[in-house]
Amino acid sequence: MVSVMLRTRIRISAGKVTVMSALIDVRNLTLKFHTDEGLITAVDNVSFSLNRGEVMGLVGESGSGKSVTAKSLMHLNPSNAVYTGESQITLNTDSGPVDVLSLNRPADLKVVRGGAVSMIFQEPMASFAPSISIGKQMIEQLQLHSDMTTQQAREISIEMLDRVGISDPSRRIDQYAFELSGGMRQRAMIAMALSTKPKLLIADEPTTALDVTIQAQVLDLMKDLVKEFNMAIIFITHDLGVVAQTADKVSVMYLGRVVEEGPVREVINKPKHPYTRGLLAALPRLDDLDAPLTPVPGDIPSPLERPDGCVFSTRCTEIAGEICSSRIPLEEWIDPSHRVACHLYQKGGA
Amino acid sequence: MGEKMLITARGLSVSYRIGKGLFTQTSLKAVDNVSLNIRKGSFFGLVGESGSGKTTLGRALLRAAPISDGSAIYQDDEVEYDLTRIEKAELEDYRRRAQLIFQDPYAALSPRMTVRDIIAEPLEVMKITSSREETDARVREIAAKCRLNLEHLRRFPHAFSGGQRQRISIARALVSHPQFIIADEAVAALDVSIQADVLNLLKQLQAEMGLTFMFISHDLSVVAHTCDHVAVMYLGRLVEIAPTRKLFAAPKHPYTKALFSAIPSLNPDERGTAQKLEGEIPSPTNQPPGCKFHTRCPHAVDICKSDEPKLEVADGEHEVACHRWKELFA
Repeated sequence: MVSVMLRTRIRISAGKVTVMSALIDVRNLTLKFHTDEGLITAVDNVSFSLNRGEVMGLVGESGSGKSVTAKSLMHLNPSNAVYTGESQITLNTDSGPVDVLSLNRPADLKVVRGGAVSMIFQEPMASFAPSISIGKQMIEQLQLHSDMTTQQAREISIEMLDRVGISDPSRRIDQYAFELSGGMRQRAMIAMALSTKPKLLIADEPTTALDVTIQAQVLDLMKDLVKEFNMAIIFITHDLGVVAQTADKVSVMYLGRVVEEGPVREVINKPKHPYTRGLLAALPRLDDLDAPLTPVPGDIPSPLERPDGCVFSTRCTEIAGEICSSRIPLEEWIDPSHRVACHLYQKGGA
Repeated sequence: MGEKMLITARGLSVSYRIGKGLFTQTSLKAVDNVSLNIRKGSFFGLVGESGSGKTTLGRALLRAAPISDGSAIYQDDEVEYDLTRIEKAELEDYRRRAQLIFQDPYAALSPRMTVRDIIAEPLEVMKITSSREETDARVREIAAKCRLNLEHLRRFPHAFSGGQRQRISIARALVSHPQFIIADEAVAALDVSIQADVLNLLKQLQAEMGLTFMFISHDLSVVAHTCDHVAVMYLGRLVEIAPTRKLFAAPKHPYTKALFSAIPSLNPDERGTAQKLEGEIPSPTNQPPGCKFHTRCPHAVDICKSDEPKLEVADGEHEVACHRWKELFA
């Protein structure tokens, strides 16, 4: 079934080479998982694009589909994942555009997995093999993506470790993950992800497990590296403070849909979607200690019980009308860079 | 002022022996010479990086970590216990009065027990209730207070979201009607919206039941919003302690200052304004001499490398342990 769907999609994409300036272009990405309890929609009609040197924050509660969306960019979702027909992900590499979802063979997938796209995860301890030295793992992946000799790969690895601020890198490279502190491990993880010089770095909650002081160091490092390598970063986080400090633009996801996207200043200072407003109202702010913390009422619904109409309608405090629970709101462009999917802003009236 | 202290600790230390060699017996001081008062009915915050000893201090106050030095007194309206000496029957009674809420609501609840059994377990273990009817009544009472649906009681934890699970953990901690609750990173694993909900619930329960909280967290904005007093720990020591507003308005220790400036600002126009703290917290087995913070402190001078500063009163209830606070932040 999966392969049938993939084949259909390739045919569609073969005749369609349109958006080319962006580094990565995601169009109508819809992803469902086959489970024992039925077909679950994890990502629902998500579109965005990202240029080189741009940092995008992807925010939302657990279960909103942030990680699944990001993993699709590397075609990294498990085998029970089904991409529907219109889903399209185009990655612009040096050797031309790549239709990510049509890649199937491991040899082809190398382009997006660790080649043009790298990913770092929340828990660096789980990302390094515990019984193989950091250096051996870095060298292995460099050699997988190039025809370097072990010695060359080792030199580049040491250089990268040095670049991310690990002291005494020529000694550290032979150490194991457990010998490094949390902040150090996350730096090593970043060094490894960047050693193949990816065009796009996906960072999935990279600082959530770190202390604020170490988080500040890692965020600084990532900002420097964007400039130096002219990379794009997709920053998955639930911390809007981290987004405000790092991102150029923000996508807010809820139950598999992008409900709002725009420049970071716009979205944080003038949020349009009731969900974005809710997230900001729930955040304890240091500039106003008396402000009450207002949670978004209720819990995120189970993906098996997706609400009809607007996915957020069951928890929304600014319901526009009956239409909210019957019709899916279309994305409206508030201005050329800021879009929102909410019936409050539907042109031509609800 | 007539305000009663629930916890009074003086010079409290927790040390562990490490290295079993004949001549290499060394000890690790996880908590070193900590003195603090926790007012009855207050929300007391304890902040610091991982490895600062905040969890160990909390555990020592619950008598779950061995107190190696100093004193700690627990005093409520009914009893007074010396926590360094408390044993057997008294310790059992103290367990009923002092409870802990854990960080991870997924790991803290047994997947094989119904929610009712999870909440009822402390009552049964501590033999607080004598009949099943009485137990059920207590469980229902606390479940309602924690905004749990009564029909949820028959289900198993896997059916619940993170926020609901944390409410179950809270109900379990409160079912024995304790006076003192230690919440160790109780909202760290939750989404912001659920975090706000759980914090509001804790505040409400505190007011309703007259509870005293020790709130351990690495998230300063959460602490700023919930706590009345805050103590900042670094490498086993208290470096600053003050009423929340005073602390956040004018921190007097360079470490506190650096912690505050490392919080990512929600204002996209305030980028890169953070005062960067270099390096990481040193290992507790290899502590620097003098002020423990001098290896990372931008203001360190010679005296900081040799003499350890004592906690001194800066202003009313605001105490700080730094040689140079007067010239730097007075």
